[in-house]
Amino acid sequence: MAQDHEHGHEHDHGHDHAHQPHPFQPDLEETPLTHYQVMTQAVGDLLIEKGIFSADELRAMLEAIDAKSPAAGARVVARAWTDDGYKARLLEDVNKAAAELGIDAGGIPIRAVENTESVHNVIVCTLCSCYPRLLIGLPPDWYKSRAYRSRTVREPRAVLAEFGTVIPDDVELRVHDSTADLRYLVLPLRPAGTEGWSEEELAGLVTRDCMIGVTLPKSPHY
Amino acid sequence: MSKETKGGSGSAHRLLRRHHDMGGLPAGPVEPTEHDYAPWEKRVDAIMRLLGDGKRRLITTDELRRCIEELGPGAYDEMSYYERWIASITNNLLEKGVITVDELGRRMAQIGEAWPAGAEARDAKLAERKP
Amino acid sequence: MSARFAVGADVRVRAAFPPGHVRTPFFVRGKTGRVTQVLGPYRNPEALAYGRSGEPAQPLYRVVFETAALWDDYRGAPHDSTVVDLYENWLEQA
Repeated sequence: MAQDHEHGHEHDHGHDHAHQPHPFQPDLEETPLTHYQVMTQAVGDLLIEKGIFSADELRAMLEAIDAKSPAAGARVVARAWTDDGYKARLLEDVNKAAAELGIDAGGIPIRAVENTESVHNVIVCTLCSCYPRLLIGLPPDWYKSRAYRSRTVREPRAVLAEFGTVIPDDVELRVHDSTADLRYLVLPLRPAGTEGWSEEELAGLVTRDCMIGVTLPKSPHY
Repeated sequence: MSKETKGGSGSAHRLLRRHHDMGGLPAGPVEPTEHDYAPWEKRVDAIMRLLGDGKRRLITTDELRRCIEELGPGAYDEMSYYERWIASITNNLLEKGVITVDELGRRMAQIGEAWPAGAEARDAKLAERKP
Repeated sequence: MSARFAVGADVRVRAAFPPGHVRTPFFVRGKTGRVTQVLGPYRNPEALAYGRSGEPAQPLYRVVFETAALWDDYRGAPHDSTVVDLYENWLEQA
């Protein structure tokens, strides 16, 4: 799938009131704006002028988007690895459990699915690209790609092998297609050889990809 | 129509499967591509989150998805992820009368005119500005 | 919430192929699975997508399918599974 990303210039005019629109002044270094970049600029500006939202709200939302990263997911996973009670609460309700750690995972319900010695989970959204963004940030391109969305339900082991992950045949590979309002997060198995590790050290082993399920957490062995 | 449909290549059901509904279709390797989201892409995402929040409830996730699906099959080959989003958001806003086609067109022309797309026009402008 | 199906129920996904916004993937239409969780109620996305209320809200089911039964040519393990979240209006007694 063609991904032609020309980098548009972010522009918040900083006015909350309706005003005469001033001409958009991009830097000379910018490549020409695409039709959709122009559309994005125009729509945002019009919505601000109409009072649908303010420039400040838009700015704050951009900052909120940037603030989300897989680190938040790594924290809840590390806590679950060290605290059985927390793990049980996490499996019940990720949003609530995240809030215990001061993480705002938003209003859309997120469910954790637990990897065990006998089950390995992997998440996909075949219909669009649903993803627990409000906990772990924006998804990678490949998660949204035609190849991932088409093949993960049909040949999950082959897809995982492309990520370097081979799940033994005696382990059940369970694919979750996020078709409705719930988002899914894989709770990976705690790697062996991490006895006595601090939560912070454990969180360092938890990658975005192992919370999607295409990989295992990092190994503790250097 | 048989009750138990087998998931083969789907050729017999080509017309029954909508183009966005791609689970199980053949595809090439998963290219592990990533990119840092461009500011305009995050702007699209931010706009959607604001439009859908409790204060506004102007566009639901369902409406966003539905309009993306209605962009047609070419959208998946010709448009990037956030291009599909802004196209859908815009169609939704037009349908709901939040913005009009006229004002959007005028504003886009204004923004577009300030920086015309096309390498030739850009190079000409660059040449103009050189001392 | 009164749910038509209980955890453990065998359910079949209706083999209907309407145009329009549907959150039941093509690959499970006509397939039989088992309910593992009953969730909701949730408003109907098929109505929400067209600006309507989506009410009455209905149960949502996590349905597990044997992956080998979904595909003619599945080459994974026989006990691999696929779980899909499905709205009640798409399910019938198997």
